[in-house]
Amino acid sequence: MTAPLQQTDAAPAGQPEQPRRRTAVDDGDAAGLGRGRAAAFVAPAMLLIAVFLIFPAIWTLYLGLTNWRLTGLAAAEPEFVGADNYLDALNDPAFRTSLMLTLAFVFFSAVVGQSILGFSLAWAFRRLRQGIRTVVETVVLMAWIIPASVIAFLWIALLARRDGTLNALLGTEGTAWLLEYPMQSIIIFNIWNGTAFSMLLFSSALAAVPPSQFETAKMSGAGTLATLRDVVFPNIRGHVLTNTLLITLWTFNVFAPYLITAGGPEGRTEILGIYIYRVALKEGALGEGAALSLIMILINLVVASVYLRLLRERKT
Amino acid sequence: MTVRQSLGFIGRYLFIAFVLAFFALPLLWLASAPFDRAPSLAVSWPEFTLANFRTLVDNPYALESLWNSVLLAAGTTAIVLVLAALASYALSRVRIPGRDALLYTLLLLSSVVTGTAAMVPTFLLISELGLIDRQLGVILVLAGGLLPTAIFILKDFMDSTPRSYEESARVYGASSLQILRHVVVPIARPGLATISVWAVVQVWGNFLVPFILLRSADKRPAAVTMFTFYTEGGQPDLALISTFSLLFSIPVVAMYLFVNRRYGFRFHGGIKR
Repeated sequence: MTAPLQQTDAAPAGQPEQPRRRTAVDDGDAAGLGRGRAAAFVAPAMLLIAVFLIFPAIWTLYLGLTNWRLTGLAAAEPEFVGADNYLDALNDPAFRTSLMLTLAFVFFSAVVGQSILGFSLAWAFRRLRQGIRTVVETVVLMAWIIPASVIAFLWIALLARRDGTLNALLGTEGTAWLLEYPMQSIIIFNIWNGTAFSMLLFSSALAAVPPSQFETAKMSGAGTLATLRDVVFPNIRGHVLTNTLLITLWTFNVFAPYLITAGGPEGRTEILGIYIYRVALKEGALGEGAALSLIMILINLVVASVYLRLLRERKT
Repeated sequence: MTVRQSLGFIGRYLFIAFVLAFFALPLLWLASAPFDRAPSLAVSWPEFTLANFRTLVDNPYALESLWNSVLLAAGTTAIVLVLAALASYALSRVRIPGRDALLYTLLLLSSVVTGTAAMVPTFLLISELGLIDRQLGVILVLAGGLLPTAIFILKDFMDSTPRSYEESARVYGASSLQILRHVVVPIARPGLATISVWAVVQVWGNFLVPFILLRSADKRPAAVTMFTFYTEGGQPDLALISTFSLLFSIPVVAMYLFVNRRYGFRFHGGIKR
């Protein structure tokens, strides 16, 4: 699942808490559990994780080496085809197109869109009345927590050619946004959908910047840009990195645009997840799909490893 | 107020107004269309009626799919809660060699082996196990994906609960499971509540896993049924779609509001997703 890497980032300045936790962990086995029983307690969870999370990941490696298909002869007795699937995938122009689309999608919607909008909101909130802040926060959060298949339809209705709210507002009756500007549409959609995370993260980051530093900046007559550069950014550098890596990882694995455009028109919004779905489950080329899955898992692994290294450095 | 300050003030409120409009605009339809006598795609002030909810009751799949969502959410959350509580408690209290490395590796895996990336092997595994088109398959896959994060978060909660009660319970001869049930669980309740809400929200909105693992229309959860309402067959029935969307969204929104009020936490760092 697009799993959260947890709220640890909410309290980066939580150093004072560390020593207490450390001793709490070290003071041993108050319940008299013992290693044997502890292992028995841990085992069921590990079994489920091993079978349904770890095994599929490793199995992909093998599956990608076969010509397994959803139906037909190769479905009954898949043959070993070596690295063909991997080479085919990498040389396939459709794969490269999809990868480029995915990179553009991630870059513009997450790295640029969500980060900047999320930070701007958090920044504006500092000097906003509490009531207004709560309203804006709630609306942004709604966009995040309402189920994807509902918000997908909300966007279909918003962008519809006939009767769409956007066309009515802009007076652009008859513009088929999803056909004429499909990529732009799902990028804006994803900014709308995911900004809440960056907003929350940067809100707590800004709250942790020592007020005295703002005072000093103000007294020395620094403008907003100078304050951001000299006071805010040095303090929240870790958060910026955390935010960028997490939303990159999530956006890379997003499937929601499928609910709006189904990859179309003519594959122009076929980001990697949707491409894999088409190749493996719609067209039935499971071997090739598995090779693509593995490539995607490996890309995830690179981003996630960088993030976890950072997280660990901060914790110790 | 200097000119610069008032410009800043105006700029800030213009920005907020614009952002508010951007985020609220798509959502307005969800508030207006279900109660409109003649719902259209455009947002408009509704001519109030509750008649649209009639189509919801009449549709053979609508309420059933919501019930299926409840089943999936309840099943997955129950498994995640019980297994994560057991595991995180043991990991918190007993020093198993390599524990921290294990926790981080699991967390890493759960964020790397996502539903999208692992779609193909997951589908094949469930086929081989004969669990295609069975809700159990969906529950197991979802639980496997949620467990690492649940254990990670819960272990933090368990670490910060006092141990002295466990010692006294032990002195009175309680078994480990009894201690867990009657001593630790009540203390760790906020953590368990957090995990439950988080798991329910995850499962409730999940589209991809049930979409690829279930075939029969009567087993689909609301997320998939909602999608079929506007993709399968002709003119979409807006009365049905709007009321269904509303009913489907209310539980997660209500849960968010409840948790926000009760525990004051704000879906920190990815409690969604």
